[in-house]
Amino acid sequence: MWIWGIVLVFTLVMQIVTGVILAMHYNVGDPFASVEHIMRNVNGGWALRYMHANGASLFFIAVYMHIFRGLYYGSYKSPREVTWIIGMLIYVAMMATGFLGYVLPWGQMSFWGATVITGLFGAIPGVGESIQTWLLGGPSVSLATLNRFFSLHYLLPFVIVGLVALHIWAFHTTGNSNPAGVEVRRGSKEEVEKDTLPFWPYFVMKDLFALAVILIVFAVVVGFLPTYLGHPDNYIPANPLVTPAHIVPEWYYLPFYAILRAFTDDVWAVQLVSILTGGIVTAKFFGVLAMFAAIFVMALVPWLDTSKVKSGRYRPAFRFFFWLLAADFMFLMWLGAMPAEEPYASLSLLGTAYWFGYFLIILPLLGVFERPKAPPETIEEDFDSHYPPKPAE
Amino acid sequence: MSHTEDTGSRRDFLYFATGSTAAVATVAAVWPLVNQMNPSADVQALASIDVPIDGVEMGTQLTVKYLGKPVFIRRRTQAEIDDARSVTMDDLPDTTSQNNNVAQDKDASDQNRTLDEAGEWLVMVGVCTHLGCVPLGDGAGDFGGWFCPCHGSHYDTAGRIRKGPAPLNLLVPVAKFTSETVLKLG
Repeated sequence: MWIWGIVLVFTLVMQIVTGVILAMHYNVGDPFASVEHIMRNVNGGWALRYMHANGASLFFIAVYMHIFRGLYYGSYKSPREVTWIIGMLIYVAMMATGFLGYVLPWGQMSFWGATVITGLFGAIPGVGESIQTWLLGGPSVSLATLNRFFSLHYLLPFVIVGLVALHIWAFHTTGNSNPAGVEVRRGSKEEVEKDTLPFWPYFVMKDLFALAVILIVFAVVVGFLPTYLGHPDNYIPANPLVTPAHIVPEWYYLPFYAILRAFTDDVWAVQLVSILTGGIVTAKFFGVLAMFAAIFVMALVPWLDTSKVKSGRYRPAFRFFFWLLAADFMFLMWLGAMPAEEPYASLSLLGTAYWFGYFLIILPLLGVFERPKAPPETIEEDFDSHYPPKPAE
Repeated sequence: MSHTEDTGSRRDFLYFATGSTAAVATVAAVWPLVNQMNPSADVQALASIDVPIDGVEMGTQLTVKYLGKPVFIRRRTQAEIDDARSVTMDDLPDTTSQNNNVAQDKDASDQNRTLDEAGEWLVMVGVCTHLGCVPLGDGAGDFGGWFCPCHGSHYDTAGRIRKGPAPLNLLVPVAKFTSETVLKLG
C-alpha cells in the first residue's frame, strides 16, 4: 500500500503534460467542436485526451487508496499531522480541478454539472445569489463561465505541485510511516540502520515495479475502454434549454454527492437546525454544509482518533469499524449514482450517518474502550517476526 | 517609552495613518481583480428582451432563452384555466404567488400567477425549483401542467408545485405586454 504516493506524483506530471498539450488545441470560443477537433484531427489527439480524462480517474483511485491506507495504518497520527493536513488540502484542490476540467468539453453533463455545483453556492443564505452570479459571470452558466473555469483549471495543478512539494517535505522530516506503526529508533546510527532500508535500490525498485503494473492497467483502459467511466450525455453539445434526464457527477465525487442529497426537508436534523437558525439554514444549504463537513471531519482525524496505537493491525475493534467505513464509502458512491428517490434517499442518510459517526463518535471512544494488541517494540522486531533471521553459522 | 499622553503619540498617529492608507490601497487594488468576474456589460445589456407572441396558438407553449434560462410562455386553453382556478390553497405546498409582477404577499391563486385578467397568458422561468432542471410541458405530469423528469416534481396548469421534491412554484419573471403582440421580459 506504500506505492500510491509515486503513482500520484507520476499522474500529476502526466496530467500537466497532457493538459498543456491539449490546451494548445482547445478553443474556449467553440469548446465542443474543438474537443471533437482534438479527437479526430489532431495527430494522436484522441490518445492525449483519453489519457488526460482517464488520468483524472487514475488520480482519484490512487488518492483514495492513499487516504484509506493512511486511515487504516494511522499514518495521520503524531508526528505526521502536518503531512495529513497538507494532503487533505491537495485532495480538495484535486476535486476543484477535476470539476473545472469536466466542464471544458462543454457537453450536456459538463453544462448541467456546472449548473448544479455552482448552484451549491447559491444556497448560502443572503449572499448566495450574488456569489453565484459572480462565479458564473452572468445569470447562468455561459461561455464567460467556461473561460474562467479554463483559466483556473490551468492554474490549480500548479498549486497542487506546490502543495505536493510541501507534503513530501513534511514527511521527509518525520520519515515514512510503516505498517507496524512504530517509529524508527534514532538512538544511534546502528539502530537506525536496523530499522530502515536504503532508498536505493529498495524503495526505488518497489515504486517502479508498482508503477509499471498500474500503468499496464491504465494503458488497457485508455486503449480499450476509454469511455467506460464517462457519460454518453457528454457527447451531446451543451444545451441550456434541455436537461439530461439524470444528472450524475463523475464517479469520484459520488460519495459526497450522496451526502449532499441525503438531507431533505423531512429529516429531523434539518428541521431542528432550520428552527434553531430561524429558517436561515434550509435543507439545500444543510446538504452543502454536510458535504463540506464530511471532508472536514476527515481532515480532523489526527485529533479525533484518541488511540495510542497507530496501526490498525493491532486494533481488532478498530479494524471492524474501518472496513465498515470503507464499505460505507463504496455504498455512498453507489447511492450517489442512483436517482434521488426512495429507497436510495433513506439509505443515503444511513450511509451519511455512519460516515460522521465513524469520525465523530467511534474513533474518539474507541481509543478509550478498545484493548489493542501489543504492537512490536521496534521495526526490527516486527521484521524478524515475519522473516525469522537465519541462525548464525 | 513615551506613549503616555492619552491622545496618543505622533508615532501612533503615523502608524495608524500608514496602516489605514495601506489597507484602503490594498482593497482598491484588489477590487478590480474581484469585480472583473461579475457579469460584463454585454451580459448586462441582455437584461431585458422583447418577444413577439402573435404566433402562439391557444394551448401551445413558446420557450425562449432569457438570461441563459428557458422561459415558458404558454397560452392556456379555457379548460386549463378552469382547472387551475378550481384549486384551493389547501392543495398547494407553496401558497405564495412567486410572481415578480405582483406584491410579495399575494397568495398563489391562479389570478395572481397570470399576466392578463382572463388568465390566458402564463409566463414562467422554466427551471425546476428543486435542482434546476428544465421541466417538460404540454400537459405533462399528474396535474396536466409541467413535469420535471429529474426527480419527479409535478406542476399544475398554473405552474404551481403539487407533488414531488420541489419546494416552490415555478417563478414568474418580470414581464409585461408592450403591445398586442409583443411581450417584454425584464
